[in-house]
Amino acid sequence: MVDSQQIFAYRRANGRVGVRNHVAILPVDDISNAAAEKVAAMIPGTLALPHAYGRLQFGEDLELTFRTLIGNGGNANVAACIVIAIEPNWADRIADGIAATGKPVESFAIERTGDLQTAADAARAAQKMLQDATELQRVPVDLSDVWVSIKCGESDTTTGLASCPTVARVVDRVVDEGGTVFFGETSELTGGEHLIADRCESDEVRKKFQTIYDDYLAMIEGAGADLFGSQPTEGNIRGGLTTIEEKALGNIAKTGTKPVVDALGPAESPVKPGLNYMDTSSAAAECVTLMAAGGAVLHLFPTGQGNVIGNPIEPVIKLSGNPLTVSTMSEHIDLDVSGLLSQEYDLDEAGRRLLDVVVRTANGRLTAAEALGHREFVMTKLYRSA
Amino acid sequence: MDHLFLIHHEGDDVAVAIEDVPADREAQAVAMDTGGRVTVTTRSKVPLGHKVALKDLNNGDDVHKYGVVIGHTTADIATGDYVHTHNLRSSRW
Repeated sequence: MVDSQQIFAYRRANGRVGVRNHVAILPVDDISNAAAEKVAAMIPGTLALPHAYGRLQFGEDLELTFRTLIGNGGNANVAACIVIAIEPNWADRIADGIAATGKPVESFAIERTGDLQTAADAARAAQKMLQDATELQRVPVDLSDVWVSIKCGESDTTTGLASCPTVARVVDRVVDEGGTVFFGETSELTGGEHLIADRCESDEVRKKFQTIYDDYLAMIEGAGADLFGSQPTEGNIRGGLTTIEEKALGNIAKTGTKPVVDALGPAESPVKPGLNYMDTSSAAAECVTLMAAGGAVLHLFPTGQGNVIGNPIEPVIKLSGNPLTVSTMSEHIDLDVSGLLSQEYDLDEAGRRLLDVVVRTANGRLTAAEALGHREFVMTKLYRSA
Repeated sequence: MDHLFLIHHEGDDVAVAIEDVPADREAQAVAMDTGGRVTVTTRSKVPLGHKVALKDLNNGDDVHKYGVVIGHTTADIATGDYVHTHNLRSSRW
């Protein structure tokens, strides 16, 4: 590939690099969504992050929600963050977690104040944060500073042939330069999980990965269920994918060729550069939200039949090799790689084109999903609340 | 365009249509990894992105794509047959 063009991005107090400069208004729980959205309505340019959960969760499920909220608020694409909860203790707990990154954070609680006063107080803080954030300057950074996540969706056979191997070229490039890449989708490794296990860089990592995968299958079996009819999805089948094994091999094609350096729990942040596996659902919005919580600032999303997902925190770049999708859903597709099917160009060229889109997006160009207002922020729920 | 099917891995049992291919069409299939070519004649319509058999397979045989098993047949399959949920099923669930 050609040398990457220069990326200009935001270097945060903790040294991490963001490609966006959001002021986030983060509700801790579902009943604080309305106040958060009021703040964002009063201060245009701030970003409310409404979601469905946060009340009466417990144990590992609660810890995951906390980690997801703190991780997204702490993400380097967020310049500053307002936290709103019904109760002050949890508002402070999330705000303190985010403040550890060194960015401006303020917390607000609705009890004994009400939505209107809370929103008014939070809006005053948000206004200052927004004005301060707009004064921050982009500085030159390396491609390896940009933590990249990958996940495909509405896959079909063209993802395995074209868009996923294109992503693999960029993944290998980022890893070669010392960068950090996340992949996940535990259920969609089925049939190729041995290929991932073989690529784990040590027995210790392999054991971590295998334990996560085996526990996942045991959870499905323990529920007396199987995923026939769910994996592959109806959309996958319409696109020509017949079995989970076939889908998994296409999925795995986007992970490139580098060793897997660690196996992370959902929403955990990597401690080692390189290709990191994260235990996630294969549902697009849940997966990308967990990866943003882990620190990813730019997402590569191969699609076949045309998944339209976006994420509020990290820009989602979509590419497709399906000629029908790129013509009928062009407003969703950032890069058309259908020429790989007809062999008009090769994977090296497709990889160069994707790297160019990565650099331009990192430099501030909005993705199709950003321009269309796709901001799917979805918590992963491990089990029902108390 | 001189090919209508792509093969992930030379030796795979199936290839993928890069456009809608009608029945009784003699077409080239190109291997992505080696560039090797084989000719296959479709026995039924194969839609864009769907699979055609490159070999005769017996009911219950493993089916290979990417050089890896992607499931097993649930019917006898002849070279040129359309391969999908009616004659291929996961071996995992």
